[in-house]
Amino acid sequence: MSVIFFLIGCSVFIALIFLAAFFWANKSGQHEDTYTPSIRMLFDDEVEDDGKTQG
Amino acid sequence: MTVSETTQCYHCGDAVPSAAYEAEGHPFCCLGCQSVYRILSNSNLKQYYRYNQHPGKRKGGASARYEYLDEASLADKLIDFRNDKITVVTFYIPSIHCSSCIWLLEHLYKLHPAISVSQSDFLKKQVNITFKHAELTLRGLVELLVDIGYEPKITLQDVIKEGRRFSQKGLVAKIATAGFCFGNSMMLSFPEYFGMGAFEAHYSEFFGWMNLGFSLPVVFYCGRDYFRSAWHSLRRRELNLDVPLALGIAVLFARTAVEVWSGSGPGFADTLCGLVFFLLVGRWIQQRTYHHLSFERDYRSYFPVAVTRLGGEGPKPIPLADIRVGDRLLIRNNEIIPADAILLKGHAAIDFSFVTGESTPVQRVLGEIIYAGGRQTGEAIELEVVKAVSQSYLTRLWNNETDKPHERNFRTFSNTVSRYFTVVLLAIAFSAMTYWFLANDAVRAWGAFTAVLIIACPCALALSSPFTLSAAMSVFDKNRFYIKNTAAIEQLATLDCLVFDKTGTISSPSASRMRFEGKLSPYEWSMIVAVCKNSTHPLSRELVKWAGETMSGCLAVEEYRETAGKGIEALVDGHRIRVGNARFTGAWEKGNGSRVYLSINDEVKGNLLVEQPWRKNLKEVLTELASGRQLHLISGDNDKEKAELSRVFPPQADLLFNKLPTDKMEYIQSLQARGHHVCMFGDGLNDAGALKQATLGIAVSDDINNFSPGCDAILDGRSFVKLPRFFRFAKDAVKVIHMSFGISLTYNLVGLGFAITGTMSPLVAAVLMPLSTATIIGFTTIATHLYATRNQLVKKQ
Repeated sequence: MSVIFFLIGCSVFIALIFLAAFFWANKSGQHEDTYTPSIRMLFDDEVEDDGKTQG
Repeated sequence: MTVSETTQCYHCGDAVPSAAYEAEGHPFCCLGCQSVYRILSNSNLKQYYRYNQHPGKRKGGASARYEYLDEASLADKLIDFRNDKITVVTFYIPSIHCSSCIWLLEHLYKLHPAISVSQSDFLKKQVNITFKHAELTLRGLVELLVDIGYEPKITLQDVIKEGRRFSQKGLVAKIATAGFCFGNSMMLSFPEYFGMGAFEAHYSEFFGWMNLGFSLPVVFYCGRDYFRSAWHSLRRRELNLDVPLALGIAVLFARTAVEVWSGSGPGFADTLCGLVFFLLVGRWIQQRTYHHLSFERDYRSYFPVAVTRLGGEGPKPIPLADIRVGDRLLIRNNEIIPADAILLKGHAAIDFSFVTGESTPVQRVLGEIIYAGGRQTGEAIELEVVKAVSQSYLTRLWNNETDKPHERNFRTFSNTVSRYFTVVLLAIAFSAMTYWFLANDAVRAWGAFTAVLIIACPCALALSSPFTLSAAMSVFDKNRFYIKNTAAIEQLATLDCLVFDKTGTISSPSASRMRFEGKLSPYEWSMIVAVCKNSTHPLSRELVKWAGETMSGCLAVEEYRETAGKGIEALVDGHRIRVGNARFTGAWEKGNGSRVYLSINDEVKGNLLVEQPWRKNLKEVLTELASGRQLHLISGDNDKEKAELSRVFPPQADLLFNKLPTDKMEYIQSLQARGHHVCMFGDGLNDAGALKQATLGIAVSDDINNFSPGCDAILDGRSFVKLPRFFRFAKDAVKVIHMSFGISLTYNLVGLGFAITGTMSPLVAAVLMPLSTATIIGFTTIATHLYATRNQLVKKQ
């Protein structure tokens, strides 16, 4: 049953990774604007007349 | 609306008159809209019109001049970042309003190759632009935005930078940490609650130490602010709600540490983490702010960033702070006079509408002093500064206030309660401890003492205010009433004295004062205007102002005669013109409202209905507000409308006229001295002092993105009719807080039953705490919504 020490260690470690990911997202400003991206993704990619595409 | 029947401008959606502008088969209302379309069309940006119909906004008036952006010292203040190649700048653009705006502003690179990235933030109405400054200057960029109808608002007191100060990043990080610890410690506590067999006992020690480990960051990082706030409050000899909370956190941690250390029990780590987590969420909810509104504006956001100084080397833009007494300034049409100055050259017609509320421009002659804050209309004038910007008449009034920080000591319900709560709580805890000591049971005494402080920790109480008030705030927000913070809502419920400014507050500045019924050709109009120009009667003046702006040339008037109380008549080009009442012009008297009748050669051509510029249903709103509250009107204007206003206001209301800005402020002070909770409604710079002085200052504005003076709440003019309902709803919200307080107190009493016996198990705390929190959150949300529905502030589904 001492495997439980290992399992708890693993679960806490994984949770810490998620916490770190959240900190990174928070710091890089991903929660600053929670509205505009939802509209932005609805814009179509347009086809340029001269055949050149821009991203 | 009849707009749908006529042609609409392809760009802005305004009705298009017959002789319209056109481009590529689309009609346009004006040259401005057409030119925006041309620019977008040439840059292959026509998709702008695909996402929304008529996404543009009509360009209003002459736009400001941006020469000052070429001055490096000024430009540096505005930009976020610059290296040798690129510059990053963030603009606040009030006209952002739809998805097309986002699309266009994020495709700026198509308009100019120097722009590499542009990203917009819809809610904050901001756009962040990165461009190569070698190919495009800051001024060029701003002018480009102006050309496509997105004029950035550039002021000294930057909304953008102000918004950045109130970042919630720190709090969010704390919530995340507390949530992480809460989840993990709960997982580790479950085995204990479900009961572990004797052979698993060595695990419980391990779990205990893990739990203690998780509670460390919660207490020393996440809960830090509670200790700090409690300490400050104790030093001021007050007891705010953070005192029992900090006490609860400290006791929870101490008991957990002792139990884990001595191996006597599992401790309360999960309760501790949960408590801090919920408290922080409540704090986060309470701190939500409006990013696109500013409540703390001062004169700097009203005045321009730069003015043109005339020196030896010719006109040169300088920042406002560099203006010295004796400088010569050039003020062009539509520019604001930044400092008290003497008129040296030109014809000054100063529009003081924002300062005094009076919309008619004031004429000034050479050598006269012009106070800061006015807007020149007409030709460019030259001024000599006599007082620095910060010393000018209006700014001084404002600064006086900021110098002695007005202690806004909102006595919130939870602050009042917490004083008694803490005392009672400590009394119970100590008496329980003493009881068990006297019974010679030291272990139980310690157990009972800590358990009381843990179970009675006012978590639910601390959450009831933020959750109720933030729910109420979002209801107000949907009804276009923007309140600065949650404490102001509680304040709203206590008001018993309302003071109104007149112009712009109870009257709507945009409402047209006259409506014409009948038919007149432009030539006939010019005859009427020519006659009315000779009269000094207020109605004639209004008519000239209303109709005469588009008239050019002046027709000769003969045989002019004015009959007092009846009307005026004259001969113009051989036609006999009569303007006056129905009998005078021979017209049929029509009902409702005061009308001016027009006749030409004894033929009645129609009448002008003089409409009151008051806001919709003003009388009903005021009558409803008057129940239980005193009403006052205080205006900088003369009392020519007194008779009319006394009909609108309830009879017991005080109506005061000819008041200076300082008078308004002192009047509020005197009301407060008599023990009233005063609410000031105002709109202009002249109300700024009064708005600050009042218990609650509400700025009424018809365009909330425009400048409004510092205040506690901003009310959109369109929602003025809802005011009585707002007041009722605020009272209801306070009622909800009282009720949820009752609920949380019940939970506390139930818990206390377990606690004083000294036999409380961690499971009881672990169940009671989240349960009471969930009840409070659910109750406040539902109750607030119900009250909002009852007050007709939310649409029924």
